[in-house]
Amino acid sequence: MAGQYFDIAHMLAGGLVLLSMTLLYQDRMFGLLNVFALHAVVLSTSVAWQGHIQGAPHLYITALIALVLKAIIIPVALRRMVVRLGIHRTIETVVGVGPTMLLGMGLVALSMVVMLRATATADPLAREDLAFALSVVLLGLLMMVTRRNAVSQVIGFMSLENGLILAATGAKGMPLVVEISVAFSVLIAFIVIGVFLFRIRERFDSVDVAALDAFRGERR
Amino acid sequence: MALIRDLAVQGAQMLLVLVLAPLLLGFTRKVKGRLLRRRGPPVLQPYRDLLRLIRKEAVIADNASWLFRSGPYMIFAATWVAAALVPTFATGLTFSWAADLIAITALIGSARFFLALVGMDIGTSFGGIGSSREMMFASLAEPAMIMIVFTVALVAGSTQLSNVANYMQMHASLRVSLGLALVALIIVAVAENARIPVDNPATHLELTMVHEAMVLEYSGRHLAMIELAAAVKLLLYVSLIACIFCPWGLAPADGTLAAYATGAASYLVKLLAGGFLLVLFETSIAKMRVFRVPDFLGIALMLGLLGTLLLFVSRSF
Repeated sequence: MAGQYFDIAHMLAGGLVLLSMTLLYQDRMFGLLNVFALHAVVLSTSVAWQGHIQGAPHLYITALIALVLKAIIIPVALRRMVVRLGIHRTIETVVGVGPTMLLGMGLVALSMVVMLRATATADPLAREDLAFALSVVLLGLLMMVTRRNAVSQVIGFMSLENGLILAATGAKGMPLVVEISVAFSVLIAFIVIGVFLFRIRERFDSVDVAALDAFRGERR
Repeated sequence: MALIRDLAVQGAQMLLVLVLAPLLLGFTRKVKGRLLRRRGPPVLQPYRDLLRLIRKEAVIADNASWLFRSGPYMIFAATWVAAALVPTFATGLTFSWAADLIAITALIGSARFFLALVGMDIGTSFGGIGSSREMMFASLAEPAMIMIVFTVALVAGSTQLSNVANYMQMHASLRVSLGLALVALIIVAVAENARIPVDNPATHLELTMVHEAMVLEYSGRHLAMIELAAAVKLLLYVSLIACIFCPWGLAPADGTLAAYATGAASYLVKLLAGGFLLVLFETSIAKMRVFRVPDFLGIALMLGLLGTLLLFVSRSF
């Protein structure tokens, strides 16, 4: 029975890594937002399942926060923002999809190697959770690096934060207060970023961050 | 006596794949027609087409070499052997020691090599374009296939299909790696069989065709061989997926006649379900541009790789 529990936890966490890869692959705004919402849904299922296995009811609250905030409020708000900014077209990426995917695979392999070495004595459940969480975080960072559109960078940031929550639930010991404050700081960050997006657009007529580089004289 | 019985069962399996392959093709065409609100050709039409082609005279270009004439038979032989090795209704047949996933991949690979070669033999530009595209797809589909083989072999502890099927019957459980391998295998199967998002089997439009471009110069019995090989290849992939990912109903190594009958019946059901799902997928998606296909196959490669990587942090390691 413990084996089955473990398999389901493994499947959910693996699904999160897979969805992070899908985020890297998506090149349309609305597709990106939908995959991000799914990412949050899988995260909250995974957290709820961890709560069930560990017998920790406060994890259910974390799952609920993830579901409401990240799977509903933020994607809907981002969708409105995208429509208002008028950028529901193809996203430009700095490097192509193929090299990005290869880099992503490399990062997943790297995090597996690091975590298997570093946590050799840990409980297998926490171990695989940490390995997956590290890959989700690294993939979120990769997404922020490879995208030029500010909105997709925001999504990269949010998916990175999902990875942090996954790590925290696997490690058995993040107090609820911390989780709530993290969730709200993400929401605040989201609002601030939203305001910034409109300011950038007002100033440069585009949300392509390359325009900022050109303005500072960093490029060419 | 036991040897004769074993050989008879193995022979039945070899004949079964040959006889059922055009039926599967006819079934998919019929269902596709119905889904598009047409009547669709009769289910038995592929058999009639093959008979007609065999009776017809084969027209061969003046500058065709021996390769052009022998190519279709080699393609057909390699594909048929590969398909006959995949357990369809029973595991543990006489030649099941040869039914290795890597061997099957290699057989399909050599069939594709001959196909690309004969495509270029006459020297028409269509053959060349078809061969070059086929090789471009193959250079991504084969690594993906190998990664799938690694994933399955790591889970089941063997690359022999009979052992894999037995393992899957015994230890059915939710494994994320196997799910990834299944999706990757479906993508590879769609690409290898030149089905819709990659290539359209029903068109002769110059700019998009891949498989048809290579066999454009063939006629008569040679074309019949190639068409039959294509049908057998479709059957091979459906039975490969059925054998690895839903092996229920397969008869055990020395089963009774009743076990074989259940095996055959469940195999038929699996084939029909597989064909129906394939057509459903095909009708709900548009054909891709040729240069987007590497991205599509790249997903399969990525999924296979991810499946293998995720296994290293799973329970069994």
